[in-house]
Amino acid sequence: MSNSPQTLLTRDSIVNLCDRECASVPSRFRNRISKYKVFRSSACTACGKCAELCSYGVHVRSGERMLRPREWLCIGTACQSNDFYCIDKCPEGALSLGLNPLFETMGDARWPADMLMSTWVMAETGDVPSNGLEFQFGRSGGGYDKLVFDFPVGAGAGIDEEEMDLSIELNRRDDTAHRVTIDIPVYGGGMSFGSVSEHTMIGRAIAARNWNTFTCTGEGGYPESLVPFAHHIITQVATGLFGVREETIQRARIIEFKYAQGAKPGLGGHLLGDKVTPAVAQMREAVTGSALFSPFPFHSVYSVEDHKKHVDWIKAISPKSLISVKVSTPTDVDMVAVGSYYADAHIVHIDGSYGGTGAAPDIAKKNIAMPVEYAIPKVHKFLLAEGVRDRVALIASGGIRNPWDVAKSVALGADGVVIGTAEMVALECIRCANCESGRGCARGIATTDPELTQLVSVEYAARRLSNLYAAWAKELRRILKRLGMRSIRELVGRTDTLMRLS
Amino acid sequence: MPKKYHIKAQLMPPRFPPVPKYAMVEREGCLGCLECAKRECVYDVYKNRRFSPEHMVDSIDYLCKNCLRCIQGCKNQLITKMKNPDFEALGDEHWKPDQIASLWEQATTGKIPVSGAGYRGPFSGPGFDSMWTDMSEIVRPTRDGIHGREYIRTSADIGRKPAQLEFDSMGDLRSEPPPLVEIPVPFIFDKLPFGVLNGNVRAGFVRAAEIVGTLIVIPEEDLDWKLMARSENIIPLLRSGGTETGRLKELVTRSRMVELEDSPDVIERIAALKKLNPATVMVVRMATNKSVSGRVEELTRGGAEAVHLVADWQGNEPHEADPRFIKDVLREVHLNLINKALRDEVAIIASGGIAMAEHVAKSIISGADLVGMDLVLEVALECRVCKRCIRGLSCPVTIEAVDPEWAALRIRNLVCSWHSQLIEVLGAMGLREVRRLRGEVGRAMFYEDLEREAFGDVKLAPNAAYAR
Repeated sequence: MSNSPQTLLTRDSIVNLCDRECASVPSRFRNRISKYKVFRSSACTACGKCAELCSYGVHVRSGERMLRPREWLCIGTACQSNDFYCIDKCPEGALSLGLNPLFETMGDARWPADMLMSTWVMAETGDVPSNGLEFQFGRSGGGYDKLVFDFPVGAGAGIDEEEMDLSIELNRRDDTAHRVTIDIPVYGGGMSFGSVSEHTMIGRAIAARNWNTFTCTGEGGYPESLVPFAHHIITQVATGLFGVREETIQRARIIEFKYAQGAKPGLGGHLLGDKVTPAVAQMREAVTGSALFSPFPFHSVYSVEDHKKHVDWIKAISPKSLISVKVSTPTDVDMVAVGSYYADAHIVHIDGSYGGTGAAPDIAKKNIAMPVEYAIPKVHKFLLAEGVRDRVALIASGGIRNPWDVAKSVALGADGVVIGTAEMVALECIRCANCESGRGCARGIATTDPELTQLVSVEYAARRLSNLYAAWAKELRRILKRLGMRSIRELVGRTDTLMRLS
Repeated sequence: MPKKYHIKAQLMPPRFPPVPKYAMVEREGCLGCLECAKRECVYDVYKNRRFSPEHMVDSIDYLCKNCLRCIQGCKNQLITKMKNPDFEALGDEHWKPDQIASLWEQATTGKIPVSGAGYRGPFSGPGFDSMWTDMSEIVRPTRDGIHGREYIRTSADIGRKPAQLEFDSMGDLRSEPPPLVEIPVPFIFDKLPFGVLNGNVRAGFVRAAEIVGTLIVIPEEDLDWKLMARSENIIPLLRSGGTETGRLKELVTRSRMVELEDSPDVIERIAALKKLNPATVMVVRMATNKSVSGRVEELTRGGAEAVHLVADWQGNEPHEADPRFIKDVLREVHLNLINKALRDEVAIIASGGIAMAEHVAKSIISGADLVGMDLVLEVALECRVCKRCIRGLSCPVTIEAVDPEWAALRIRNLVCSWHSQLIEVLGAMGLREVRRLRGEVGRAMFYEDLEREAFGDVKLAPNAAYAR
């Protein structure tokens, strides 16, 4: 098949993707979703005045006729104060404007429609939206949505954004393992082959390579098509041990033990039978069409000492690999973090309860374990008190939606973050929450259905994600500049830069 | 090991199409092009489209899974969707539309609600939304109950548990241990705060209680001898100030438990009724209020073997000006009983506002032994919590006309789903007994505590400048 990932990889287009330049990558859907609807009545004479006036490029005249308004660029009624507001200026009174009713059906408290759309803009353009979409805050009424920065006046003077250092060190131990630095304080979370498509996985890997960061295999095996990017891929070892082999351990610079997942802490993974296609079954050495469980927990690990045995086992196979321990956020997450450190972890990765998933019981998503906003300061302070904070990388995930969430996480005490849902949204996920059912994602992102997989090309995925990282990096630089900082490392644990909204 | 408690669910379709959350809107102007976006539908909702003239509902509105492919694919941009105001009008601030829709689905399938993508709701909120349950990790073992590899017990005991047994010199028990009613799930069915309740519905409720193995509270005046044939599953609620008639004697003798409304003479009444039948567990029913804690202590000392605390349908104290939520009332009552060394002398049943499976676990963590399901039983029968019945208006889903067997099986499905969800939560916490969850606030996290610990050192923003 000409579109198979292997074939795609040999194409020039993929080679050319290996940079951080932001080329525009528009939506792959015919009709874009917009916040506003601009109506042009039959009174329009195609005089072209609106096209001359609008500085956002909503109206385009082509020859003697007007094209359909490019509504996704419109800033809505906020434009009223501009002297080029097309609705008022149209000589024929042919234009009208309103909120798109479709927009109101989208999104939720954590990911409002504004945030979904602004993430699409970032993935398309490589920068944050400038058309008034709210991308900093959700409507959840707590956590990140109630934290703001207290920017000192004039602090950023003389700081060159270009020279800003966003890199973080992942091995902070004085040992013989790899020295690993990533260029941005963000890497991709575990999403298995089976829960997402191979195209999605390769796209993530290319973006990770472009930004000298990482993506993670999740627990579904290590597709051969990812091997060229092995330098930027974390091999996950989870309870089902799917795809855990000597070679997949040895080729990874970082090995991640997944003890729990924030969205379903204390519960195992479950890949429904429909999603176990022949390819998935082969990768996981299982039977096509039969549901696969990852048990909870590791039945060989009931103490930190048991965990240490796990680590020793990995070290025997791959002595230079970094060890990351991904845990969820129970009340004693601080104890777990310290224990992990003493059991030789390089990275303590805490995954909060509001994180993403391909499938989880609703009761678990909402209720079990604490949101990551609470867990970060708890773990950070505990590691500080223990005197080991500077010897371990603390990575947070579970509901990090935008660059401001990243900055707030770091200010609360994390070194960096892991993202998942934001990457899915960059590929035009609309969070319809049907990842788990039937053939999987109808939009082709989280599916292994051969036909639906073709909806997302590797090139599209790689470039959209690369753009997303570019946008986040730019915005992080702006935030740091306003704080008067030259490196993201200066921000770690600086809760004095934050304020709570009541 | 005891025989595993298991509820077998079975699909029990609703009588009415569910109220759809969104409505599909199509404009005129279809050119009948060959690449119709509707044919591409991954879920075949256009292929299976039906219009019900009886209910005036288009199946596409509730079958559609919101992938927006057709909306974004139609060449002429003819398809869109919008919010359905009928959906948003469901329930109230405690019984939220999404919860009601989820309960309907659980009553239909008996399955745990599972979905993709992360949590979608508010960060925290009033009532039960201001607490999280804990889980075990690495240093504490979890339990794998849901896949059946370990047995997690969900049974609850109602009654007094003596601190010690007394033996005579011959080694025989000196006194009879007090009666204890054990039910396999930590919920009973309670009196409805409002809702349609006729013979059909009541018969459905009683049948459901029988299938599930629990009990249902029924006021004395509503009990006929036909119902009392199921006395195994019925808790008669006795009128206060009733006289000792033959009928009352019969009720008390045949019932495993009776409930008495709280009244000044309730302690004397308990003593009188105990004489009629010492094997019946005496439960005192009272509304939650500011002085409830002291009263529960008094009742316990006075011989009540269980206290049934009843909040209003939203979980609040019914007659207080500044009402507390049932979770907070339970914590106070539980702690007071602990401090007075009385906690095992009495079982606490909590009712009112229990709308989701998580509320069962959270009530028990707050200090209840078990909870009462009330309005949620009606929701299983497709109730929309519209409260028209309170105003004497007709029920939009004609609950009065339900087939009792259908009603019973819908409720059984809901109980099955709640039971499974309770096991999920217990498994994650590493508990093998719901009895061990009672008052286990160490296995819960509260909003106020977490806010203080995490953000206590973060300064408060000046309000004016940062009003959001």
